Amino acid sequence: MEATSSVQASPQVGRRRFNFDRVIAIALIAPSLLAIAVFVYFFIGQTAYVSLVRWNDLLPDYTFVGLRNYDKLFQIERFQADMSNTLKFTVVFIFVCLAVGLLLANLLDQKIKGEAIFRNIFMFPLAISFIVTGVAWRWLLTPSSGVNLIGSAIGIVDMKNPPGWFTDPKIGILAVAIAAVWQTSGYVMAMYLAGLRSIPDEIKEAARIDGATEWQLFRQITLPLLQPITLSAVIILGHISLKIFDLTKSMTGPGAGFSTDVPALFMFETTFSGSHFSQGAAIAMVLLVVVSVLIIPYLIYNFRNEVRS
Amino acid sequence: MQKHNRSVMTLVALFAMITMVLSACDNNSTTSNATTSKTPAAANTPAASNSNGSAATGKLEMFSWWTTGGESAGLKAMYKLYTKDRPNVEIVNQAVAGAAGSDAKAVLKSRMLGGDPPDSFQVHMGHELLDGYVAAGQVEPLDDLYKSEGFDKAFPQGVLDIVSGNGHYWSVPVNIHRANVLWYNKKVFTDNGLAAPVTFDDFFKAADVLKAKGITPLALGDKVPFASAHLFETVLVGTLGAENYKGLWNGKTKWDGPEVTQALNNFKKMLGYINSDHAALTWDQANDMLIAGKAGMTIMGDWVDADYKAKAFTDYGWTTSPGTKGLYDALSDTFALPKGAKNKENALAWLKLAGSQVGQDAFNPLKGSIPARIDAGKGDYDAYLLSAIADWKKDTIVPSVVHGAAAKDGWATAYTDSVNSFVTSLDVGKTQKALVQAAADNMTSK
Repeated sequence: MEATSSVQASPQVGRRRFNFDRVIAIALIAPSLLAIAVFVYFFIGQTAYVSLVRWNDLLPDYTFVGLRNYDKLFQIERFQADMSNTLKFTVVFIFVCLAVGLLLANLLDQKIKGEAIFRNIFMFPLAISFIVTGVAWRWLLTPSSGVNLIGSAIGIVDMKNPPGWFTDPKIGILAVAIAAVWQTSGYVMAMYLAGLRSIPDEIKEAARIDGATEWQLFRQITLPLLQPITLSAVIILGHISLKIFDLTKSMTGPGAGFSTDVPALFMFETTFSGSHFSQGAAIAMVLLVVVSVLIIPYLIYNFRNEVRS
Repeated sequence: MQKHNRSVMTLVALFAMITMVLSACDNNSTTSNATTSKTPAAANTPAASNSNGSAATGKLEMFSWWTTGGESAGLKAMYKLYTKDRPNVEIVNQAVAGAAGSDAKAVLKSRMLGGDPPDSFQVHMGHELLDGYVAAGQVEPLDDLYKSEGFDKAFPQGVLDIVSGNGHYWSVPVNIHRANVLWYNKKVFTDNGLAAPVTFDDFFKAADVLKAKGITPLALGDKVPFASAHLFETVLVGTLGAENYKGLWNGKTKWDGPEVTQALNNFKKMLGYINSDHAALTWDQANDMLIAGKAGMTIMGDWVDADYKAKAFTDYGWTTSPGTKGLYDALSDTFALPKGAKNKENALAWLKLAGSQVGQDAFNPLKGSIPARIDAGKGDYDAYLLSAIADWKKDTIVPSVVHGAAAKDGWATAYTDSVNSFVTSLDVGKTQKALVQAAADNMTSK
């Protein structure tokens, strides 16, 4: 390709450069671009419009009501519970995933014999879907079976008053977070493992010669060098946790007192079971804004980095 | 190396194109099937369609949420009858699992709104259909069918009132279920010297005895929230009585009135007797607790009867839920005819079967419900169903809200959400306000 373009590079001034390769390139991208423009951005706009009208029955009603749906939405107890659940879930999920992933990556980085086997074992949960995870963990965390039965066999759980896990409104979404962490920490581990491997040994050797302890080495060299990976992991985990739906639907449903409800689940139920289309659209727009707050700064930061390099 | 990349890319592009063409071809074949079925069906005039049954071809796409146990057995029995009459029609059974049809209804909604209706679908009688697809103009009125088959004389007036709107009939009821039934484990009751409770006081006395013995008095499984909404509905009927309960749904009874407060307090007291892991169990798993003797009672619709039969459990008794003696909290599975059904003749034949005595008596004993027709009831009905058929002839009929008869789906979901949060918060004032708001948002003028 470089050969042909250099041949055509010469007669340029004032003439339109009809580069056959360029036409092919545009033609290849155009369908995807068109599809994304219509099926993603146009429909986002459509949803935004539906959230501003009064369509709350099966029959579409496009009477404009402004921000009234949003106003009512934030007063609904279920939605307030959703937002607080999402916050709790996101914080716990990201923090524990990062910690577990980092720990596992460090353990695997010790150049031990069975590293490949353990690496695969830790990453297997990623291969199954959230629905399967949800069903399995629902059985594990049902108060009358699973984890509680194991605990009572060991003697740490009293089956007359077992921990309620996701049926206990005080624990609620944190039980779902356990299942989510189990599934995704393998992914974080893989990212950190790659990051740890990319830290050159010379730096660590130099630090050791200078008298640094292993802990100081970890805190002041390794962790800062892993920062870009931590940032990527936070963004990816964040946007998974903000939009989580299938895990909660298969594992717990909305839960006692909406303690395991999430906005995506509420949006699905209010739109398709309750025919409150405008309310569902409003929830979708709120979710979009929340996820954008997370993703857009990251994209800008990445873009600036690329431009610089 | 560039040549190698180019050939790999061409191969990938070719592969992608072939996959797309193949999937498009598949779509073409199914649509062409549908069009060929229209020609022989159009040749049959409606009046002669019965005699031309064996000549009918094409498909019958049936949408329901009957996927397990007795429900699926009943549906299959009806399919057998249908195939005897129309052996060349291929029945496509589109059943979507999920308690009380909450997931099936969502799937159906997207199909109806997307312009791809099935040939016939299961829908609850009442406002769920009337304020839903009828108001959206997506189902056909069935007045001609009712006249030609004599349905307007075969169903009781209470049912005819519920399935009609704007002076037309909109669906064919195949069964009647009762929501206000209290089931109890006979052995647990005789061991503790208890009799079937009639009033709320009887219920609480029996519950206290059971609780003292370490047996869960009332088994509840509300992982799918309809179960607790269902329980509260029976409490509403039992506390308010027929007229006041019916008035809740048309504005005659106020949701912030003292009767509703009393009902909420009764419900709150009842919730003191349920199993602590109710949010992890579905209604049939709660039923398992009763079968195992770990729970004494459960309040759930009479599909529980079919569940017991499927689990070969016979040591159960039943009575009306507290305070509802003489009242029949009814819901009905009906079939409707969507506009634009691809196999309209086959669908009409199905509706005729569903409303016939022969069809209903084949379906209902297996499903665990009673026939909607007054003249049906000749079949292998068990003891509970026979008593329900007898009650159906004399009790006062009230419509169920959780199962779509009393109010439209938007109201039913708002009501269910309020009850769900009440089960945890037990805050009577806040829940009553939420119920008032749900009524204000969703009340449609008649």
